[in-house]
Amino acid sequence: MTEGTSQTAAAAAPLGIAKAATHSASTQCFKGNAKAALGDRDLQNALKFVEVNFIARRQEVADRLPEFEALRDAARDIKDHTLAYLDLYLEAYERRMTEQGGNVHYAVTAEDARNIILDICRKLGARAVTKGKSMVAEEIGLNDFLDANGIAAVETDLGEYIIQLRHEMPSHIIAPAVHLTKAQIEGDFRRAHSDLPRERNLEEPTSLLAEARSVLREKFLAADVGITGANFLVAETGSSVIVTNEGNGDLTATLPRAHIVLASIEKVVPTLEDLAQLLRVLARSATGQEMSVYTTLTTGPRRAGDLDGPAEYHVVLLDNGRSAMLGGEFRDMLRCIRCGACMNHCPVYHAVGGHAYGWVYPGPMGAVLTPALIGIDQARDLPNASTFCGRCEEVCPVRIPLPKMMRSWREREFERHLSPAAARWGLAFWAFFAKRARLYRFATAVAARLMALAARGRGRFRHLPLASGWTRHRDFAAPQGATFQSQWQARRGAARGNADPPGEQGARP
Amino acid sequence: MTARDLVLATVRRSLGVAGTEAPRRAAVAARLADHPTGVVPARGRLAPAARIDLFARMVEGAAGTVECIAEPSAIPQAVAAFLRRHNLALAVRHGDDPRLAALPWERGPLEVRRGASDGNDLAAVSHAFAAVAETGTVVLVSGADNPTTLNFLPDVHIVVVDAADVAGDFESVMARLRERFGPGALPRTVNMITGPSRSADIEQTLILGAHGPRKLHVILAGSH
Repeated sequence: MTEGTSQTAAAAAPLGIAKAATHSASTQCFKGNAKAALGDRDLQNALKFVEVNFIARRQEVADRLPEFEALRDAARDIKDHTLAYLDLYLEAYERRMTEQGGNVHYAVTAEDARNIILDICRKLGARAVTKGKSMVAEEIGLNDFLDANGIAAVETDLGEYIIQLRHEMPSHIIAPAVHLTKAQIEGDFRRAHSDLPRERNLEEPTSLLAEARSVLREKFLAADVGITGANFLVAETGSSVIVTNEGNGDLTATLPRAHIVLASIEKVVPTLEDLAQLLRVLARSATGQEMSVYTTLTTGPRRAGDLDGPAEYHVVLLDNGRSAMLGGEFRDMLRCIRCGACMNHCPVYHAVGGHAYGWVYPGPMGAVLTPALIGIDQARDLPNASTFCGRCEEVCPVRIPLPKMMRSWREREFERHLSPAAARWGLAFWAFFAKRARLYRFATAVAARLMALAARGRGRFRHLPLASGWTRHRDFAAPQGATFQSQWQARRGAARGNADPPGEQGARP
Repeated sequence: MTARDLVLATVRRSLGVAGTEAPRRAAVAARLADHPTGVVPARGRLAPAARIDLFARMVEGAAGTVECIAEPSAIPQAVAAFLRRHNLALAVRHGDDPRLAALPWERGPLEVRRGASDGNDLAAVSHAFAAVAETGTVVLVSGADNPTTLNFLPDVHIVVVDAADVAGDFESVMARLRERFGPGALPRTVNMITGPSRSADIEQTLILGAHGPRKLHVILAGSH
């Protein structure tokens, strides 16, 4: 951690949110990132698929299940219930899990989690590690850390494997390589698998997948330790649950001598029945499948009589600021089950992709979660990267009020003088009038009339001083001469004249 | 203070609780003991015949294949015929499941190996613990009877499901797991499998057979 970031940790303290360690975050550069993304032809070609595929597929399976909306309510309620009793469910989970022969390790910070995992690997003399896809592992920067300590961790989810070859972060929480074209992936495979014949054909996705399958099969069979994340932890049985389509997570969890599960504390749910509710909304919201191919409950290490499975089973429970989030206005964010529906439906994500957000979690959920994990001063643009169209909240399987929470971050930025000076002055200028009703009416009436005159009947402005950020890309609609308030009053006056009884009721339908 | 104490203390401070409050403890204990059922889709509550139909349809919808066999003794022939249809070697591996061990494998042309897979098997046969009609899911439990590696390493996974074990919904399977393994206890692994392995990580093109089996074939035994 650099000097600069530890200072910002102190600045973040008033939020009551612990500062998380970051790896190579460029959350400060959203605008620059977004501009570059808009001009990146490969990226724009790859992003075309997101909007078309994910939205239609989700809609299709949701329409096929009449109970889908009721299930979303149930999913929200289960997560809310669990969060309200999180301390007790964590204890219950831990008790069951250790009874089944597992080892639990609590990690307060990302650094703690990295060291715990390194320690387990070293005790086993592990050199080769396979990894299932885990956003929490991305959050703590696990691969680079293990690598720096002489342990080769290989990602085995196809998308994660591809971005690991490119030394990139995932650009989507369930489709990490969604920003790449097959031609780019072919280039990466030719570079990385230089021992394979040069003249082999890798034009089609099928041949790329076949090559990855055979390269990674060797890795699976040679691994000493397998590390996966967890979609859920079940308190009733002490189980960790992973949901995948490829089967890589299961090979990672089954073949090595030890299986390490890395999960954040809010992943716990009470019972198997609660798990069933959440599973019914997860795959449908994520990929538009009725059910992902592999949903696996893992409970402890190999049992007596088992012919396969790891001899050791460890679960690292990561806090990294989440326990503090529980007490504040961003608590609802802890309901998130990482399906990706919010980004799949986000017009900003469609335009710029996930890397523009600069850290592990992109899209609307990232715009809310990232500031909570790394500090709003480190991610001030993210809550502003939204049109507030509200589609994210409309599709969220656990009904997280994402736009409201982005607004809360914006308010904090304003209060803490983190928003740009021009925006703050503009708001202060507006607030001066807004607090003085008569002055406001007068000033807006004058402004509306002047602007109507200045527009000279064209009804729009091509250029407007102080608003070039707007008019560079689109016209600004000109006021027609009267303010909303004056028109409203005129209408009410007319209604009073005609209607009986008068007053508020006249406005009702 | 250990990391565990620190995390739990911060959680409790945020929630404004001490952790010792009797009503909170009672609420959690009750939820875990009662495991209340939530929203169950109507499609998960069909009568047996319609349930089996839905199950088969959903397996096929997930790119698996289904075959109904009235007499379990015909399963080895069906397995051989499936492999032959796909030009695959007539060899399978299965675990110690007594229902599989009792089948007349010796009567057919199949080469049969027993035990876990080391990655050199092209086809495996497992017996499902249960199945779920609402999504076309087969449920397998780990152990010497049906080793987990058989579910993932071979190219072809053939799963035998007793028609009587096809449940309508997940909740019925959860109840059966509790019945078999005791309340709060599970085997090391419960695999819920819906179709063959796949990936859409390259330009969102769906391809079957990512790291696990390229084919999932379900043999429904005892159905008409």
